[in-house]
Amino acid sequence: MKRLLRRNETLVAITLVILCLVIGFNNPTFFTWGNIFVLLRGSIVTGIFAMGVLIVLISGGIDVSFTAIGIFALYSTVKLFLYFDPNAPIWLGFLIAATIGLGLGLINAFFIARFKLPTLIVTLGTLSMFHGFLLFTIGNRIIRQDIPPSLTAFARATVIQVPQTRGTASLHPAIFLMIAIAIMVWLLLKYTMLGRGIYALGGAPEAAERAGFNVTRIQYFIYGFVGLLSGIAGMTFGALARQANPQDIVGMELNVIAAVVLGGAYLTGGRGTVIGTLLGVALVVIANNSLILIGVPTVWQRVVIGLIILVGTGIPAIQERRAGQRASGLTEM
Amino acid sequence: MANEFLNLTGISKSFAGVHALRNVDFSIERGRIHCLVGENGSGKSTIIKIIAGVYERDSGSIVINGKEFEKLSPIDAIREGIQVIYQDFSLFPNLTVAENIALNQALRDGRRFVNWRHVHSIAADALAQIEVDIPLNATVGEMSVANKQLIAIAKALRQQAQLIIMDEPTSALTGREIKVLFSVIRKLQERQSIAFLFVSHKLDEVLEISETTIVIRNGKTVSAGERGEYDGARLIYDMTGHTITEKVYDFEPDLSQPPLIKVENLNAGAALIDINLALRAGEIVGVTGLLGSGRTELALALYGMLPIESGRIYINNKPAVIRSNRDAIAHGIGYVPEDRLSEGLFLEQSIARNVVVRTIDGLRNALGLTIPQKISEQVNQWVNALRIKTPDPALPVKTLSGGNQQRVVLAKWLASNPGIMILNGPTVGVDIGSKDELHDLMKKLAGEGMGLLVISDDIPELLQTCNRVLLMRHGRIVEEIKPKDTNEGELSSKLIKD
Repeated sequence: MKRLLRRNETLVAITLVILCLVIGFNNPTFFTWGNIFVLLRGSIVTGIFAMGVLIVLISGGIDVSFTAIGIFALYSTVKLFLYFDPNAPIWLGFLIAATIGLGLGLINAFFIARFKLPTLIVTLGTLSMFHGFLLFTIGNRIIRQDIPPSLTAFARATVIQVPQTRGTASLHPAIFLMIAIAIMVWLLLKYTMLGRGIYALGGAPEAAERAGFNVTRIQYFIYGFVGLLSGIAGMTFGALARQANPQDIVGMELNVIAAVVLGGAYLTGGRGTVIGTLLGVALVVIANNSLILIGVPTVWQRVVIGLIILVGTGIPAIQERRAGQRASGLTEM
Repeated sequence: MANEFLNLTGISKSFAGVHALRNVDFSIERGRIHCLVGENGSGKSTIIKIIAGVYERDSGSIVINGKEFEKLSPIDAIREGIQVIYQDFSLFPNLTVAENIALNQALRDGRRFVNWRHVHSIAADALAQIEVDIPLNATVGEMSVANKQLIAIAKALRQQAQLIIMDEPTSALTGREIKVLFSVIRKLQERQSIAFLFVSHKLDEVLEISETTIVIRNGKTVSAGERGEYDGARLIYDMTGHTITEKVYDFEPDLSQPPLIKVENLNAGAALIDINLALRAGEIVGVTGLLGSGRTELALALYGMLPIESGRIYINNKPAVIRSNRDAIAHGIGYVPEDRLSEGLFLEQSIARNVVVRTIDGLRNALGLTIPQKISEQVNQWVNALRIKTPDPALPVKTLSGGNQQRVVLAKWLASNPGIMILNGPTVGVDIGSKDELHDLMKKLAGEGMGLLVISDDIPELLQTCNRVLLMRHGRIVEEIKPKDTNEGELSSKLIKD
């Protein structure tokens, strides 16, 4: 029980429940299916991005270029559709976007694994590079009217419909895509040597190398995989929004990283879980979408999110320091 | 020899023309405990790295398990059962105990997936072999150094270790933890015939555990022999090439002068109970006790880093309030912490900057800018006075050996001319030659009228440098001992009595 309480996930879960109750009691619309489905739909893209960010953070790195990869993959895919066959099926779109994402991710991996450059520097550079390249050579026009019909159809897809007082609430099937990715990442991290290697790399890079992990290969995997997930997330974003705007997505990176850190991943590497990350995503999405329901003006939402991050990551850090002091006592300084 | 596991003959190695090893010979037998002793820079770590396959030798032969190795790679060494436990243990602080123990084996077996039940049973097995009880699900980062070391040993066992090499295994352990470590080692030696090679410069431990001792100096094997052949004096002679005489510091303070610092009925929770002491000019007073006896807390309380609940402190007979280290410094108290790396030095910064860090305010001109000439004067003065061995004071402190680093910490304080110095573990991790010089330096400072309080559990050090020793137990000072009235055996048995 004590262990459970000390876990970061528990704290995030409690905060989440309190936030939901506070909003829900003040404004009953919060607990309607309509609102819940909207929130779920709103967490799909952030959730997929967050899985990628989680892996990078565990490995002791940081990636800020994933948003640029996402929009690059989306926009290029839509362009390809328009050029070759506007009626191509949506799964092909996902496939192409994932491949483009993988390719761009491997560019990150090349600089990071081959030249051992700091991950933040590399991805800050590629963030600008990818986005700039997209705007300059592929296009800067917002594609909305002539969006391929398969995307429009995807946006309207629904799995569960619940009749409401006004209209019906429907759940978008892409939520299952996010859940499937989350399960896959969880299995990868928990049950494969590759996953354990990612934790090992984040915990003690030198020891990981000494133990016999192929650190270069692990890094290629990490950044390639993040690219791939970002491609999928980008495509999902465009398909849900029924548009491909080259200025979209970029700018979301800090929100996603914040969600993952709130979920208990350490910026210093070595720690983080899928469950925690999902809770962190839920917290950020609710704070972003539902504070308006209890009369927090839009401009104040950012302040509230900032507060949640400070408190949510500050409390566990302070707890840990206290625990550390208790363990070592004051006996030896 | 049938029982020989490893033999090195005529090993030489040089780096950029500098000879690190010259014709080193020695052999390691199965099921025996060997100690490799030598001062810092004598070539100990080069030998280990050659045995582990990390460095390639220039000449000489290596025979392991009867096989001659033309070229020894790290993988070869591991396959032959050689496991090196480095000082950082190569553990993953973020993973559990179980995973740390089992991970290397899983990697070596080429596994792609993790079977957690398997991981736990491997780890439980390994810990059972060394008969220690460590929770498998705990995170390694939360473990004490002693437990981390046992985990590292368990990990080595899982890799079919036949020779376990440990680099300075006891430097961060308490007396009791060392006993546990030694008993684990003896068990493994007897039951599984595993050989051990300790690299150490703590002489009393070498004498206690070693069955075969190998001494090297300046990259050459000076002597090798059985347990009975060595005593402390011979080890020191072999390591340093000269005898270091055992001295005592027989000093009687002038009782007519007020004490530099006097403490009356000092209390701080359960850590310090009813402490009374006085330190006079010229005295070197030892404070000893087990870990947790209050010896470090006393130092911290006097330096303002541990809040006191009641009691009075007088500096030169005047009541003084010490609530922070700034107060302490204002009263002329200096403190050399035990962990000089993290608390006493700016490792990445230059020697010069470390020396002047406390006095920099006095080295400025009217505009508040520092005067480089004055700085270098002060730096040179202390580098010379304390004989800090460096080609250039502009080099970072981390390039120095332990003994020289400690001198930089001392120089930093001495530059501000304190009346009282509290030294916590002044020679921990310092090799024997430098240790002797540091002791001489302490006596010289006392001779100039400083009062020194030395917190230490190094019994020979206490006996050789202090004019009296205060023994602490459970937060109280229980006895005052004059070194001339006691001996090592008596003091150490008093020390470990709980």
